[in-house]
Amino acid sequence: MPKTVQLKIKRQEVPESQPYWEEFEVPYQKNMNVISALMEIQLKPVNVKGQATTPVVWDCSCLEEVCGACSMIINNKARQACSALVDDLEQPITLEPLTKFPVACDLMVDRQIIFDYLKRAKAWIDVDGYFFSGPGPKVSETTRRFAYDLSRCMSCGCCMEACPNFNEKSAFMGPAIIGQVRLFTLHPTGQTSKDQRLEALGGKGGIGDCGNSQNCIEICPKGLPLRRAIGEMNREVFGYKVKKWLKAD
Amino acid sequence: MANGKVIVIGGGLAGLMTTVKALEAGLEVELFAYGPSKRSHSACAQGGLNAAVNTMGEGDTTWEHFDDSIYGGDFLANQTPVKGMCDTAPDIVYLFDRMGTMFNRSGEGRIQVRRLGGVQYHRTVFSGATTGQQLLYTLDEQVRRFEDEGMVTRYEGWEFLSAVQDDNGVCMGITAQELTSMEIRAFKADAVVMATGGPGMMFGETTNSTLNTGYAAAQAYMQGVKYANGEFIQIHPTAIPGADKNRLMSESARGEGGRVWTYKDGKPWYFLEEWYPAYGNLVPRDVASRAIFKVCVDLGLGVDGKNMVYLDLSHKDPKELDDKLGGILEIYEKFGGQDPRKVPMKIFPAMHYSMGGLWVDFDQMTNIPGLFAAGECDYQFHGANRLGGNGMLSAIYGGLSAGKGVVGYVKNQRPSDKSAALEQEVLKQKEDFKAILQMDGSENPYAIQNELGDWMTKNVTVVRYNDRLKKTDEKLQELTERFEKIKINNHNLWCNQNAVFIRQLWGRLQLARVVTLGALARDESRGAHYKPEFIERDDENWLKTTIADYSPNGPKLSYEEVDIQYIKPRVRKYDVDKEETMHA
Ligand SMILES: Cc1cc2nc3c(=O)[nH]c(=O)nc-3n(C[C@H](O)[C@H](O)[C@H](O)COP(=O)(O)OP(=O)(O)OC[C@H]3O[C@@H](n4cnc5c(N)ncnc54)[C@H](O)[C@@H]3O)c2cc1C
Repeated sequence: MPKTVQLKIKRQEVPESQPYWEEFEVPYQKNMNVISALMEIQLKPVNVKGQATTPVVWDCSCLEEVCGACSMIINNKARQACSALVDDLEQPITLEPLTKFPVACDLMVDRQIIFDYLKRAKAWIDVDGYFFSGPGPKVSETTRRFAYDLSRCMSCGCCMEACPNFNEKSAFMGPAIIGQVRLFTLHPTGQTSKDQRLEALGGKGGIGDCGNSQNCIEICPKGLPLRRAIGEMNREVFGYKVKKWLKAD
Repeated sequence: MANGKVIVIGGGLAGLMTTVKALEAGLEVELFAYGPSKRSHSACAQGGLNAAVNTMGEGDTTWEHFDDSIYGGDFLANQTPVKGMCDTAPDIVYLFDRMGTMFNRSGEGRIQVRRLGGVQYHRTVFSGATTGQQLLYTLDEQVRRFEDEGMVTRYEGWEFLSAVQDDNGVCMGITAQELTSMEIRAFKADAVVMATGGPGMMFGETTNSTLNTGYAAAQAYMQGVKYANGEFIQIHPTAIPGADKNRLMSESARGEGGRVWTYKDGKPWYFLEEWYPAYGNLVPRDVASRAIFKVCVDLGLGVDGKNMVYLDLSHKDPKELDDKLGGILEIYEKFGGQDPRKVPMKIFPAMHYSMGGLWVDFDQMTNIPGLFAAGECDYQFHGANRLGGNGMLSAIYGGLSAGKGVVGYVKNQRPSDKSAALEQEVLKQKEDFKAILQMDGSENPYAIQNELGDWMTKNVTVVRYNDRLKKTDEKLQELTERFEKIKINNHNLWCNQNAVFIRQLWGRLQLARVVTLGALARDESRGAHYKPEFIERDDENWLKTTIADYSPNGPKLSYEEVDIQYIKPRVRKYDVDKEETMHA
């Protein structure tokens, strides 16, 4: 008997319909990951009962864990499907869409809200223009290292999935956004315009809504230094509010 | 009122750079892509970006960069745009520096540089080993800034279907399909820029992202855009073979001291260092890939008798490795299951990049007025072989040029308002899509794709023989016939990825013929194009750009002169220093 892989996939045809489970069995290959298992289903869309079915829909792009596209819940944990190796997973492997974002179809969700929040947090450097005018400010290698670690955030949504305070009922923007605000208040040019970002982070859905569960730190596939970022932003936002209060007087 | 409206297709480095430049000039932009920009393939770029910033005091110059690029491309690139690119490179780096890209720094806080292949200077700026991701995010953030001001609309989750021309043949917009609702619509614009990346999926096994469908470029080609130098396909020497994808081990691994070897007579044999003493492990990609092929295929000396050799970093300081190469070591560890700080990595060449692409003029405009192209989907900057670190540079510089080109163009020319072409094209695209949903034959589209990938990888990559190229073209025609007999197993009108896949497959099959027949015709060896039956470069007959025009019976090939006004072609060899080739 050739070796096979068992999969149990939570499917949903359209955003309004009821989800249901469907099971599959696909041929095993050495070093295979969840993506290559899904590709096998695409090649031959037949479920474990031998019934023809529609191929499973999912999102992916780089397949090397730098693009953030293929987040899903694999054996109850939010992670990237590309770096989920079949050999490391208990079978049947259960695949479900992220729950904190609206499902588009099967394992594909709509994460637009992450990008909307990045807009709200003004997560960019305000340059004067895109002409050439010499190098930017010097940055020490120590600062650069911390900033680089934060700037590897792929907007994959795993931290939001794991965060108990990020949900439909709350306005909390989520850990990834705090990390990005930290990044842009770190950069010398970003510092000069940091008030607008601190304003966003001090307001509704901001850092005040973080319940300090620290789930994000554990789940982040890129190991972003979120603990430090959240701690430092808490202090910065507090300082900003005090300053604002003093000025208002 | 905006000064005009431009549609940009593609949210990679080229598309975003174009977008920012057009926005800055006051144009309104609509940006289309398969998904959010952060998911674009540019995120995969690891090693870095070339620019003669000379921060190590080696006396590096933009001229030297220009010369290395022309020499590395075996003299097939038009020299004027390449010179423009190399001259602008340091300014590009400084612009990104100002926008906040976290480049690695020297002790003094200045931008650090490393070495990549085909070059004897430290000329590559980098941000860990995820440089592309970092540059991409920087541009994405700037676009978001304009989005916040309401100047740009993103259509993410849409596929470009076709360019639309008015009655005078001027590009007046596009049709596109939303990939969830499957709605097909037309969008009007004063100019359109294609920045849709490379055609990697044509080879099945590639270092490219799954989004590198090549469909947009194939479609433009089928609509009459000339496709240039299609036969020049870069095979990267060092990738980790995988079931779903061949993951790249960046050239920066060798730039930071990685050595390539295999066993010979029971002892490690550093064949690149032995064969190419002047450049060692940092020979250009075409040279390294052929050497590894020779070792594994001709000499049968691959590791464990398989098609693999070692790429070894285990002699380096692990802390320094983490700083400079962390991102890629992580990839090997996660996907290969071993720690490359301790054991040598096992690698083999894989399809990586297309030097060829849509023909454009020096303002990045194709032969259809108002339709521009930039980034990996154009053919402009790399000739017969691309140097590591020049890919992202060309995407960014091409984007800058296309941005400027578009701004200049819309000042002087606008498509006609009256044409009914947009409505007609929507109807046609809807009909075509309906026809795909009704395909009820016996062929499996994914099986056809696998055969396409296998044939292309076996016969149209590192070593090319005319008889096999001929057979490959016959195979492609057979696959085209079988395509008509596809059975679709998904009739949903919501998120139908299968129908979209089938449409893309058609484009890939057409473009594959351009690559294969271009290679068959070119009886010489130049850069990445290598024929054992014709091992010399033949400037007399073949120092010319291949141009493919679409016809329903297959590509029609013609040739165009190359601009060589600055540097006279000379012999290209990497066993000796470049200076020696200049006096030969
Ligand atoms: C693994 C890897 C590592 C690399 N490392 C380096 C490096 O270190 N240095 C270097 O210089 N170069 C490197 N390169 C090459 C370089 O990354 C690419 O050539 C470059 O990023 C391409 O940028 P682009 O903007 O042209 O296209 P992409 O980044 O591929 O973007 C294409 C965009 O077009 C969209 N698109 C495509 N088709 C359609 C369609 N039909 N409809 C709608 N949208 C569409 C996609 O969604 C995407 O947003 C590397 C390449 C690979 C594969």
